[in-house]
Amino acid sequence: MSLDAAVRLSLGVLDLDMGLAIEEGEVVALLGPNGAGKTTLLRAVAGLIALRGGHVRLDGTTLEDVATGEYIPTERRPIGVVFQDYLLFPHLSAVDNVAFGLRSRGMGKRTAGEKAVQWLDRVGLRSYARSKPAELSGGQRQRVALARALAPDPHLLLLDEPLAALDATTRAEVRRDLKRHLGSFPGLRLVVTHDPLEAAALADRLVVMENGRLVQTGTASEVTERPRSQYVADLVGVNLLKGQADHGFVRMPGGPVVAATGAESGDVFAVIHPRAVALYRSRPDGSPRNVWPGRASGIEFIGDRVRVRIDGEVGVVAEVTPAAIKELNLGEGGEVWLSFKATDVGVYPV
Amino acid sequence: MALATLGVAFFILPLLGLLLRAPWKDAARSLTEPDTLQALKLSLVASLSATGIALVLGVPMAWIYARVEFPGRALLRALTTLPMVLPPVVGGIALLLAFGRRGLFGSWLDSTFGITLPFTTAGVVMAETFVAMPFLILTVEAGLRSMDRRYEEAARTLGASRWRVFTRVTLPLIAPSLFAGAVLCWARALGEFGATITFAGNFPGITQTMPLAVYLLLETNQEASFILSLLLLLISLLVLIGLRHRWLGTA
Repeated sequence: MSLDAAVRLSLGVLDLDMGLAIEEGEVVALLGPNGAGKTTLLRAVAGLIALRGGHVRLDGTTLEDVATGEYIPTERRPIGVVFQDYLLFPHLSAVDNVAFGLRSRGMGKRTAGEKAVQWLDRVGLRSYARSKPAELSGGQRQRVALARALAPDPHLLLLDEPLAALDATTRAEVRRDLKRHLGSFPGLRLVVTHDPLEAAALADRLVVMENGRLVQTGTASEVTERPRSQYVADLVGVNLLKGQADHGFVRMPGGPVVAATGAESGDVFAVIHPRAVALYRSRPDGSPRNVWPGRASGIEFIGDRVRVRIDGEVGVVAEVTPAAIKELNLGEGGEVWLSFKATDVGVYPV
Repeated sequence: MALATLGVAFFILPLLGLLLRAPWKDAARSLTEPDTLQALKLSLVASLSATGIALVLGVPMAWIYARVEFPGRALLRALTTLPMVLPPVVGGIALLLAFGRRGLFGSWLDSTFGITLPFTTAGVVMAETFVAMPFLILTVEAGLRSMDRRYEEAARTLGASRWRVFTRVTLPLIAPSLFAGAVLCWARALGEFGATITFAGNFPGITQTMPLAVYLLLETNQEASFILSLLLLLISLLVLIGLRHRWLGTA
C-alpha cells in the first residue's frame, strides 16, 4: 500500500504545488502554519477539490490524473476522512453515524448496525450508541468520527487537525487514545496539524509545508535537529541563519561572517541554540569569535528561563536566566553584546 | 411613537372587529352547514394537494437554484418566483391563456387527451400551486444556501451517492426550512382567491374554496361569512405559532 500524490491547484491566494508520498504502514504528519494549504491538500487527495495539475495514486490505482483525464469521485475513493470539527451528522445517533458509510457501500441495515456497534465498542463508546452528537463531549465526538471513518475499511485515513477542537485538558488523553487507534489501523495514515508536539507524538514522519510548497520531510528528530525553514526553526525554538560556507565560516547575505567549526563550502543553514548565546553589557574579551552588538527588542519570561530577541547585524534569540537579565540590567530596547562559540553553530547544506 | 401606535392600531382594530362582532352563538351551526363543510373540505384538499405538488416540484427547483450554476439562472429564478409579486388575478388570466380550453397548451390537452383544467378542482389546485409554490422554493433555497455543505462532503467521503447524500443528509439538515416553506406555501394556498376565481371559477363543491365562500356569503349570509373568516384567522394564527422560531425570533 502506498500513496503517491502530486497536487497542483490554486484556491484564492493559495497556490498549491507539492508532492506527497506515504509508504506502507506509515503515519505521516502534515505540518505547517495556518494558510499553508494543509487542509486543501487533504481535500484534494480525497477528491473534494479538483486538481489543476498532477495526480493521485493509491496502491497503484489512479484516482485522478489531470494528464489522462482520469477522475474517480470522492464517494468511490477508498479514503476515510476525520474532519476538523468532525462533522458528525447531527440528526443521526452515534451508531447511525458510524453505520452511514457501511450502508452507503451497500451493507444491509442489520449487519451495518452490528458492525457499527462493534466499532463503537472498539473506541470505548458502546453505551453511547443511541446518543446524538450534541449529547457527546468533544473527545467522544472525535472517537465517533474516527470510528465512522474507519468502519468502511479505507486504505487511507486522513485526519484534519483531529485534536484542534478539544480543550487542553482532554487533548493529551485523546491524543494517547488516537495514537493507539492509529496504531491498530493497518492502512496509510495522514494527520494534518499545526502543532509540532502533536505531529511528533502521532507520526513516524513529518512533512512540513509552507505557502503551498513542501519545505522539509523527515522524522521528528531529523526535522528538529536540522530545520530548513524559519517556520520550523521557530517551532523548534532555535536560531536559523542561511549563508555561504567558506572553510570554518558562514558568510551571510549583507556582510556578517559567522565563525562555524563545521562549515566547508556551498549554501548552508547554520543553527544556533538560544542557550548557546551569551549576553554581555560591554564587549566581552576572550575566546569567542562570534561577538556582535545589538538591541534587545523582546524579552519574554518562560518559566525559569528568559528569551531575549536581539536585533542587530546578526539577529538571534538568546535564552538566559532571570538572574542574568537582572545582572545585565537589560530592558526592552537596551543595548547588549551577544556571543556564541564557533563550535555551537550547527552547519548543514541547504 | 405616535406613528408606531397608529400603525399597531391599524392591525389590531380589524382583528378586534372580527373577534367582537362574530356571532359566537351561531358559530357551531354555521360551521356545520353543508355548504360550509363542503368549502372547508375542498379548501383543505386543494391546499394540501398544492403543497404536495410544490414539495415534489419545488424542492428540486430550489436545489438547482442553490447548487447549480448555469447561464440564465437568475432570470429563470425570477420568472418562477414572479407569482409572489404578481397580482393573483393576473396569474389566473395567464393560467387561462396557457391551460384554458383555447389556451396555448390547454387546447392540445383537450384535443389529445380530452383533459380540461379550468373550472375544475384540478384547476383550483393548479391556481393555488402557481401562487403558493414560490414561497416554498425561496424558503428551501435559502435553507440550502445557509446549510453547512461540509456535511455533504463528509457523506461523500463515506461513499454516499448523490441521491443518498441528498435524502439522508441534505434533506434532514434543511428540515426546518422545508417545514417552514411547506407551511408558508400551504397558508398561501389556503387563502388563495384571485387566481382561483379567475382560472377555476366559483362552483360550490367543485371550485368554491373557503375564501371564495366567505366572499359570496358576505352578500347572502353575513354571519356565516364572519364565522368562516374567524376560522381562517385561527388557521393563520396556528401557522404563525408554528413558525414562531422563524418569525418572532424566540429561538
